[in-house]
Amino acid sequence: MIETPKVDWLALAPVLALLGASGVALMAAVLVPPWMRKTVSAVAVFAGFVVAAVFAGIVFDETPQPEVLLSESMIRDQLGALAQLILAITGAVIVFAAWSERRRRHDAEYYSLLAAAGAGMMFFVQAENLMTLFLGLEWFSLCLYILVAIDTDRATSLEAGLKYVIVGGFGSAVLLFGSALVFGATGELGFAQIAAAEAGDDAFLVTGLAMILAGLAFKVSAAPFHMWTPDVYQGAPTSVTAFMAAATKTAALVVTLRVLVTAFPDESEIWTIAVAVIACISLAWGNLAALAQRDVKRILAFSSVSHAGFMLIAVAAASEQGTEALLYYLVPYSAMSVGAFAVVAARERELAAPVTLEGLAGLGWERPFYGAALWIFVLGMAGFPLTGGFFGKLFVFSAAYEVGDWWLVLVGVAATALSLAYYLNIVRWLYMRSGAELRLAPAGGSPPRELALGVAVTAAVVVTVGSFFAAQPILDLASDAASSLSF
Amino acid sequence: MLTTALILLPVAAALVIAILPLPREMTAGLAFLAALMEVGLWIATAARFDFDEGGLQLGTTEEWVESLGISYSVGFYGFSLWLTGVTVVVSAAAIGYALWVGRDRPQAYHALMLLLTGAVVATFAAQDLLLFYVSFEAMLIPLYVLVGVWGGARRQAATLTFVVYTMAGSLLMLASVVAFGVTQETFSLLDSGTSDNVWIFLGFAVAFAVKAPLFPFHGWLPLTYREAPPEVAAVLSAIVSKTAVYGFLVIVLAKFPEPVEDFTGVILVLAAAGLVYGSLLAFRAPDLRGIVAYSSLAQMGLIMLGLFALNDLGLDGAVLQSVAHALISASMFLLVGMVERRCGSGDLEVLGGMARGRPVLATVLLVAGMIALAVPGSVTFAGEFLIMAGVYEEGWGYAAVVALGIVLAAMYVLRLISAVLHVRPGSAVRDEALDLRLGELALVLPLVACLIALSVWPALVSQSSFPGDRPARVISERFR
Repeated sequence: MIETPKVDWLALAPVLALLGASGVALMAAVLVPPWMRKTVSAVAVFAGFVVAAVFAGIVFDETPQPEVLLSESMIRDQLGALAQLILAITGAVIVFAAWSERRRRHDAEYYSLLAAAGAGMMFFVQAENLMTLFLGLEWFSLCLYILVAIDTDRATSLEAGLKYVIVGGFGSAVLLFGSALVFGATGELGFAQIAAAEAGDDAFLVTGLAMILAGLAFKVSAAPFHMWTPDVYQGAPTSVTAFMAAATKTAALVVTLRVLVTAFPDESEIWTIAVAVIACISLAWGNLAALAQRDVKRILAFSSVSHAGFMLIAVAAASEQGTEALLYYLVPYSAMSVGAFAVVAARERELAAPVTLEGLAGLGWERPFYGAALWIFVLGMAGFPLTGGFFGKLFVFSAAYEVGDWWLVLVGVAATALSLAYYLNIVRWLYMRSGAELRLAPAGGSPPRELALGVAVTAAVVVTVGSFFAAQPILDLASDAASSLSF
Repeated sequence: MLTTALILLPVAAALVIAILPLPREMTAGLAFLAALMEVGLWIATAARFDFDEGGLQLGTTEEWVESLGISYSVGFYGFSLWLTGVTVVVSAAAIGYALWVGRDRPQAYHALMLLLTGAVVATFAAQDLLLFYVSFEAMLIPLYVLVGVWGGARRQAATLTFVVYTMAGSLLMLASVVAFGVTQETFSLLDSGTSDNVWIFLGFAVAFAVKAPLFPFHGWLPLTYREAPPEVAAVLSAIVSKTAVYGFLVIVLAKFPEPVEDFTGVILVLAAAGLVYGSLLAFRAPDLRGIVAYSSLAQMGLIMLGLFALNDLGLDGAVLQSVAHALISASMFLLVGMVERRCGSGDLEVLGGMARGRPVLATVLLVAGMIALAVPGSVTFAGEFLIMAGVYEEGWGYAAVVALGIVLAAMYVLRLISAVLHVRPGSAVRDEALDLRLGELALVLPLVACLIALSVWPALVSQSSFPGDRPARVISERFR
């Protein structure tokens, strides 16, 4: 009889709940009659995300000390649990945002893949060795490749999927090669063991570290590894874009922080500078490129590159305060990006065309709720007060200033100033241009009432504004989670 | 509690107005009612305020973000209570004016105006650096839309320059806020000590210099004041600019004594230059808005001279002049708006001769103008005299510049009055153009009445702004 390792089912419960939901949705694609396929699969996946959120909350509550599981391949700690909680809530909101999308085929498959991608991300943030790290990364990436290309009747969707597969595959390969080098240098796969091996300034180790960082930066879409971002964000179905902007970034940033801090503490002098440099490049590139865009989804894509830069400033601080800042930032950021893309999706359906800046003309007056919501989201992204985006930036800057990176504060402030140009431009098109300037005729008739989308946007507004007033409770959670890493 | 209520009343009213689908007139009426209630609330607050006592009064402190030492901390000093007083009065007049002219899209318009009022009041009440920054920034959001949507033909360019200037200042201030808060380990203005870091000081000083505006940071002023709706321009120049005065008082002067000492000379020279330059431009401006806008620049330079004289006379004068200038520039902008509505233009070329057959307009404009040009016996004369006496101690040259400023003020105000009321009838002034209506009079008259009351008794403000009337000592002791 072979002895099996002890399995901590509670720690795996969020992942398993979503895998179960994914299976149900997939079965629905075959067994349920067409007219109720979408309903059944959406309800199952929504339930999956809710159950996953509940389990993640329980794990967060019951894990004061980190524990390694399953032959030291996974970790159960509050950092992972909090990230899972953010991912699960994001996923649940995405189910609502996606409900209004009219898809001729593959409805059930869409929801099934959404749940599977969510499960992969949740597995990813619990990774404790390089093998599970790569496994988690591929798991959710494969789901996302298909999700991006799921609208097979749209050429842009297929094109985006192809681009994402090629560039994403390249990123994964870089990560894998880096892992191999690190394994070669230390003979270990586990993060804690790599740190304990004390390989010093071994050239293989440092090269491996650089390649792992680059591989993760692809998923974070930090410049200069962001090349796929605008095209994929533009071409993918908008709900998928929203999910990628919020969830992929959350998972990848948390894992980046975890790998760097737990596996490479001795090399922190090297990687803090590397991360700071990547952050600066992202801030500069993302903001400058966004200025030149006309397509709103591309603007938001480049804005997400610049947000990656802001959050990497927090990673570069490599301190408990930096971790808190990162985790706090992720909450309003996820809400703002999901919300912004959801409003763009509504406009897309109304115009039956991609939304350019001109396409936003008059939206603020025609659809007061969506207009005001988009206004709140972009002001939040610009870091205006009364939204959590303000505190996100403030905490990041404080963390950077605390460890003496005052120059990163100045770069961040300059980037914020630059970003105002395109964020306020969106507001200008929303309110200060009349609908008469709209070059595209609306698709005809009044748009359908999209109750589900309204729910998603409302939830995003509540989190965006709520995280400003209730900053302390979120920061408390973040500070608990930050204590599971040792600096 | 009263202080919080004073902040929340306009914000709550704004939310109600934004959500309730009422008919046009009712929306605007509700907004005006809320603004009047705010004035009533301020009177109740002032009645509870003990002007003889030092320190912060009517204060509330609630923890907000404990781990960084950020709190919701509000309260009033004598001078901030007076600045809040003119805020609520001016914003009530502005909202009343918008009701009178019937602004388009009243729901959005009035919600934003009330939000702006709440933000300005919160700025004057803030005793936490972060709360101050938040309110200071929150003013920008409604202003951006108010100018951009309801402004004149070149409103887009106006909003762009306005936002670029103010945000550049604000973001520098954000860096300073972070640096100051992190080094002090608290953001509370009550608990934090002083700093001698010149860079942090400059971040704050530049932000306030843009907001005021202080020469040479006034690039946004002419276009914004010309393109904004008149009542928004009134709010901008009357009360939004005074948040900079408040910032200079409670943050720059109180927290950075050493850098202030080093930079006093520079700031005094810039303020004096602004006073002369603004006055000259006002004298040369081809339109009504231009005159009032540039006179605002000049007056802010004057107030800065008083502040950075850093003695009792100068500081008292600066606060008195801030209150007086708020009332004057609000009434002037509203009167300009009323003239523009009648003639369709504010160009001095096409105006003139409006006094004939329009006695009420002529009287009100003349009275407001006389007070604006600091006729002896007026509140502005008291304020300017205090500033001149205060700044004399810094050097007689500055006092001479202030005197020159008073002369130039007489020149540009008289030019405005004669260009509107006298000379030959202008081509844009039609015989049917009415005298001031009762509703318009009801908006301007209270402002002018406040000015006259203060002219009779300027000590009401100047002696109750700082406890014991020892402003310089109060500031050096950081308001304790």
